[in-house]
Amino acid sequence: MALRPIHLLPAAVFLAIAASFGVYLWQVGAGGKDITQLPSAMIDKPAPQFDLPPIQGRTDGFKTDDLKGRVALVNVWASWCPPCRVEHPVLMTLAKDGVPIYGINIKDKPEDALRFLDTLGNPFARIGADTNGRTSIDWGVYGYPETFIVDASGRIRYRHVGPIGPGQLDSIIRPMIRKVRG
Amino acid sequence: MRALILALLVLVSAPAAAVQPDEILKDPALEARAREISKELRCLVCQNQSIDDSDAPLARDLRILVRDRLKAGDSDDQAMAFIVERYGDFVLLRPPFRSYTAILWAGPALFLLAGIAGVAIWHRRRRTAVRETAPLSAEEKARVDALLDRGGRP
Repeated sequence: MALRPIHLLPAAVFLAIAASFGVYLWQVGAGGKDITQLPSAMIDKPAPQFDLPPIQGRTDGFKTDDLKGRVALVNVWASWCPPCRVEHPVLMTLAKDGVPIYGINIKDKPEDALRFLDTLGNPFARIGADTNGRTSIDWGVYGYPETFIVDASGRIRYRHVGPIGPGQLDSIIRPMIRKVRG
Repeated sequence: MRALILALLVLVSAPAAAVQPDEILKDPALEARAREISKELRCLVCQNQSIDDSDAPLARDLRILVRDRLKAGDSDDQAMAFIVERYGDFVLLRPPFRSYTAILWAGPALFLLAGIAGVAIWHRRRRTAVRETAPLSAEEKARVDALLDRGGRP
């Protein structure tokens, strides 16, 4: 029986499926795609309503209205979170740029949080203590640290999951801040 | 006796869920609804576990949040929507029908239709092929006759 085009169909279907799996494997492997990074449902939505008290022993606190008027960063951190410690020097550098960084201190012991800031430095303009984690859930946070860029009207424009690496400051964060400023 | 006790223990032990005793609501009807909702929500830390199964701290927070919403008078859908608003459709273990999930939902039906079409075409082809079998040529007929004359032996 002569080979007709129809006889190649099963092989073609197999190749198409294999190719799409292959592309995905390449993306998560050599392509460097991070499948643990989930898209945020909060992008382009106004920041949630919250009014957090200060960490016990401080006097600032952090609420939704603090975000109005200028582009700002919101960083969710805790002293017990090792990647937050890794990220900390990057936040110190970023704070010198003049963009206010607000902190949401999640489920931390006040004395641990204060010691963290005393020993490593405080990059935050204001810090609110999210003792039960509810405000973080309102922000759609699922891992720590997470950093949000909020525009002058109080809208969330970008979300970064995990620590900002030193190289990502110039490759992601600073260009994003420039873009949001418009 | 010991075997009996062991058998009883095995019978009464339910599969372990991650729900902690202090999370359980006093109202059993509300708690049952909370359990059902929790089974539909993805733990974003472990990603392939529901928050009902996961021991991650975030899963616990979400379980308590679901229970608080139900206590506040939310319907099941409202409680679910409250979580989706914050974490997006990804938090739902059963993907909703959207334009970008259409292929996911329609895919199996499309494959079935393609299969039915394939079988139908194959059947039709085979029938026409049988009907249109060419009559024997003179040469073939002579060969068949020769074979039959020899009683089927070549």
